[in-house]
Amino acid sequence: MYQPYLVLQARALTSQTAESDAIRFLVGTQSLKFDNQIHIIDFDDENNIISKSVLQHQAGEIWHISASPADKAVLTTCYNKSEAPALSLSQLGASVFPAQVVSSESRVVTCGAVWRMPPEWESGSHESPDDPHNSHNPQNLELLCHLDNSSHGNASCVLWEPMGDGKHVISLADNHALLWDLTESSTQATISSSATLEGKGQLKFTAGKWSPHHNCTQLATANDTAIRGWDLRTMSQIYCIENAHGQLVRDLDFNPNKQYYLASCGDDCKVKFWDVRNINEPVKTLEEHSHWVWSVRFNHSHDQLVLTGSSDSRVILSNMVSISSEPFGHLVDDDDLSDGEDNHQDEKTQEPLQDSIISTYEEHEDSVYAVEWSSADPWLFASLSYDGRLVINRVPRALKYHILL
Amino acid sequence: MDGDINATAPGTTPPDTDPARKRRVHGMLKLYYGLNEEGKTVDQAESMDPCDINGPHFDPEVYLNKLRRECSLGELMDQETCMVKQIRSLDSDMQTLVYENYNKFISATDTIRKMKNDFKKMEDEMDCLSTNMASITDFSARISGTLQDQHAQITKLSGVHTLLRKLQFLFELPARLNKCLELQAYAQAVSSHRRARCVLQQYSHMPSFRGIQDDCHAIMDKLAQELRQKFRDGGSSAKDLSECVELLLQLDEPAEELCDKFLSHAQSRLEADLLGLEAELRPPLSYGPTAVTDPYTGPAHRLSVEPTAGSPTGPSSLNNPFLSPSSRTDILEFIDRGCNEFVSSLCLVIASYQELFVNRPQEGELASKNIPQMAIGKLHAFVDALATRYFSLVERRIQEEKSVGDNSLLVRALDRFHRRLQAVAKLLPGSAVPSQGTEIVVRAARERIKQYLAALQSFYLNSLTDVRQALAAPRLGGSSAGVGSHLGGPATGKEAPASLPELLSTLSASILNQIKSVLASVHLFTAKDITFSNKPYFKGDFCSHGVRESLVVNFIKFVCQSSRQFCESAGDRGGSTPPALLLLLSRLCLDYETSTITYILTLTDEQFLVQHHSPVTAVTALCGEAREAAQKLLNHYVKVQGLIISQMLRKSVETRDWVNTIEPRNVRAVMKRVVEDTTSIDVQVGLLYEEGVRKAHSSDSSKRTFSVYSSSRQQTRYAPSYTPSAPMDTNLLSNIHKLFSERVEIFSPVEFNKVSVLTGIIKISLKTFLECVRLRTFGRYGLQQIQVDCHYLQMYLWRFVSDENLVHFLLDEIVGSTAHRCLDPAPMEQSVIEVICERG
Repeated sequence: MYQPYLVLQARALTSQTAESDAIRFLVGTQSLKFDNQIHIIDFDDENNIISKSVLQHQAGEIWHISASPADKAVLTTCYNKSEAPALSLSQLGASVFPAQVVSSESRVVTCGAVWRMPPEWESGSHESPDDPHNSHNPQNLELLCHLDNSSHGNASCVLWEPMGDGKHVISLADNHALLWDLTESSTQATISSSATLEGKGQLKFTAGKWSPHHNCTQLATANDTAIRGWDLRTMSQIYCIENAHGQLVRDLDFNPNKQYYLASCGDDCKVKFWDVRNINEPVKTLEEHSHWVWSVRFNHSHDQLVLTGSSDSRVILSNMVSISSEPFGHLVDDDDLSDGEDNHQDEKTQEPLQDSIISTYEEHEDSVYAVEWSSADPWLFASLSYDGRLVINRVPRALKYHILL
Repeated sequence: MDGDINATAPGTTPPDTDPARKRRVHGMLKLYYGLNEEGKTVDQAESMDPCDINGPHFDPEVYLNKLRRECSLGELMDQETCMVKQIRSLDSDMQTLVYENYNKFISATDTIRKMKNDFKKMEDEMDCLSTNMASITDFSARISGTLQDQHAQITKLSGVHTLLRKLQFLFELPARLNKCLELQAYAQAVSSHRRARCVLQQYSHMPSFRGIQDDCHAIMDKLAQELRQKFRDGGSSAKDLSECVELLLQLDEPAEELCDKFLSHAQSRLEADLLGLEAELRPPLSYGPTAVTDPYTGPAHRLSVEPTAGSPTGPSSLNNPFLSPSSRTDILEFIDRGCNEFVSSLCLVIASYQELFVNRPQEGELASKNIPQMAIGKLHAFVDALATRYFSLVERRIQEEKSVGDNSLLVRALDRFHRRLQAVAKLLPGSAVPSQGTEIVVRAARERIKQYLAALQSFYLNSLTDVRQALAAPRLGGSSAGVGSHLGGPATGKEAPASLPELLSTLSASILNQIKSVLASVHLFTAKDITFSNKPYFKGDFCSHGVRESLVVNFIKFVCQSSRQFCESAGDRGGSTPPALLLLLSRLCLDYETSTITYILTLTDEQFLVQHHSPVTAVTALCGEAREAAQKLLNHYVKVQGLIISQMLRKSVETRDWVNTIEPRNVRAVMKRVVEDTTSIDVQVGLLYEEGVRKAHSSDSSKRTFSVYSSSRQQTRYAPSYTPSAPMDTNLLSNIHKLFSERVEIFSPVEFNKVSVLTGIIKISLKTFLECVRLRTFGRYGLQQIQVDCHYLQMYLWRFVSDENLVHFLLDEIVGSTAHRCLDPAPMEQSVIEVICERG
């Protein structure tokens, strides 16, 4: 329903995990020619106003962004860096590219880094989405530390320990999974352990997810068509779903309420739900998209709501009641509604919902690479397409009441 | 007075001549004598008139006065003459009547006198008769009186004589019985004994009689013993046997026991038959020389060559179930044996049993024992028990009949089986045996249909394997010339595409042939000369449910389903099923939808005269299913082919270092490969599918120029100072906007034509290209290489798709995205690109 243009292309999106009051999303842009930015999208639910702040991310184009669950000012990015002798994007600024800087020696590497947002960003550079030229000296992000992994290859994503204290991150770099310990101030990162995927060919992690269950000791990764589970205590593989998808697996997500349930999506246009205790067959398969599915997300509170984004430019919100933790509607009292609901419970149990597509959102005109639920409002989600359009949508009111009541 | 009246009556005509007048005269006379019966009331009405000359109240004075007053003189005169005339005629009438009456009276008097004389004579004769009678009576009384004594004596004597004869018979009885026993004239003995039995019984208190009775008993016991022995031996003829039984019955032998004995005797014989049958059912090792048939030559002559001429043959025909030989006596022989041995002896037993126990005329005290009912009850139980065993054997044998080669054998066997049971039905009307037999036949028919379905299915799968091999073989030959050469063909290379329609036609023809031959085989069940074909099951349910639904419809469904499975199981990696097979199956299903299903079902309905009592699967539903399968297969084909090309493109994008590449000098080989593959797919699809419609082309599509920055509109807003080197095509921009709004469905269902299929494949491939490009970073020459590649694709791909704008749009997107992902976006001159591309 709200569609701010970021003007630059973008594929990195996250909600500000540590922020539980404001509905806030962080978007990282992708441009090789201009200074890349972190856009902080604030949504005022009551007034339906969207506001945007911009922070400069001069290190390079952002491929992945992830916000600390403990400190709302801290975030990580994976960014591309061109290692050309004369080329430094941060120095060159935004306008002219001298053609000769790209020498035959140049190399593009992807790095990970931890950043802190300057404390005064909120007062500073508010920007109206219609006024892209009004970029009066946007503030820079403050670099806390590099997740320096030059020996391990290109980082594809950085994962924060879910619900942790912001001291642990995992970065996936080519075929390595690296567990980092951050110091108190996050200014220094040291590798505490690592796992390496061995095998034929050039193996490369494409996606990963840190499980919030089992005391945060499990990690799921995707490489090519396989999904693997890792035990972080021993850094060893615990399960492997070979050929989970017909083609590349693009994204994973853990059901926040059911510890063994995992969703995956990939280039075979399918979204699959797995019970990792039985990896021979998916529990459920959705085939609604007409092109690769790039992103899948469980709703944090109501795990029957599943959001998927695809390069067919669609975002689909599905209601997977049959495999949710609330198969017969909302049986357990939510914290938000503690009283006066019990008498309604019985009525709902009589009409269990079917798995269904709730809604297909077609506002995007380009491939949607990222979708994300808001961490503050469970009924709100954002989707980001490559052309830089961010769309914020609400779960349909009727369904919301159906789930709640 | 009379004369007066009559004289006054008017009369003009002569009285004799006119009958009316005569009647009137009679009437008047009658009136006069009070004999009037007609017209009384009328006269009554008239009669009051005193002037009516004919009325009873006629008053002459009044009449005269009236006349005198009313008439003139002349008239009076006339009246007078008329009256005189009438009076005269009346007079003469009266005279005539008197005369006639007188004559009659005279003749009557004469007659009476004559009768008086005759009666006199008769009276005399009667008197004479009565005297004679009296004398006769007298004589007769006297004779009977004399004869009375003698008559009584004679009667007494004759009584004594009979008694003596009876006694003599009794005394002679033991000797006679003995003699009979010696002569084996059992019947005479029994009848003699029967005659004497009651008397002996009655007088058994007298010692002499007692002795005779005991003697007789002893003899008769011996006789019964002997009879029983004979009965038990059983070797005797049926007639003897029946005599035996009859005699035994007359000897008060309990009928029940006899029945049991008879039946148990028969049972032992029948069981021997059954054991013989059972022996044939055992594995070949265990039976003796009777049933030995050479497994290779024996049944082979029956299993004639199966009409599978259309099948493409090959190794699969070895395990073709239509040809599997049976190694033992075939079912016809088995049933024959069962019929000839078991059923016929059973019939014999039933017949003689009924002859003996049921249909015998009942006489005397035997009738009261209700033997027939008891006997029939026993017979039913007996027959049922044996028939059950027989049936179980037959069913076991039928179940062993797995080979579906020659159905006529089975049908003939079943027919014989069923026909022979009709004999039992006739002999034993209330028995459940024939209906059970019919049920066995029905079950066998059902089983048969199942087997045929299974055979058809495996035939279909084998055909598919053959097709698969045929598809694979030339490809091998093509890839390595050395392998292909020894097959002796320069044709090997070309065989792959050319054989696709041929394969399709052979496949569908062989399937159709197979269905037809199966239908023909199954049709034997309903042939006119088969006894059970007129059973209600074979008329209705067998045709509609059995043949149509279970066999034909299920087979078609199986074809669709197995086709669909190719889409699912071949599944995710897409590798296992050759794409050409998918294409071929898709066409097959489509052909089924358009014509074959209708044809097959019409054929079935015609052959079997199916009357649809119960709802059957509609042709449209099946067609829908086939079409769905065809669609799914074709979609899958598109997906698989698209995937193959996608993989090539993806690998080519992912594995290259696009930042540090050299200046493009020619089109990358992978693009040529893509175009080649697309062309060969085009040829392949073109073999089976029609061209399809495409949108109008521009005059020269291959010459179109790319606008590198077509989709970089945000860039221009953000940095207006930046001027792209290629001119901005506003027209194109709007065009893209339009396309955006239409939304390109990548993995969308395709139509059943070549263009649509190719469009689908190209869409998938180019979208993959686009997404891969977006994940990479390019140097200047990387961009230029992509430009060259895209232009090359543009030159060749447009002709395959329905809407060339689609290709343009996707290639634009690719080049645009590459430009975005380029560190140093300096596009290549269009003319240079063209030169490179034309060079190849």
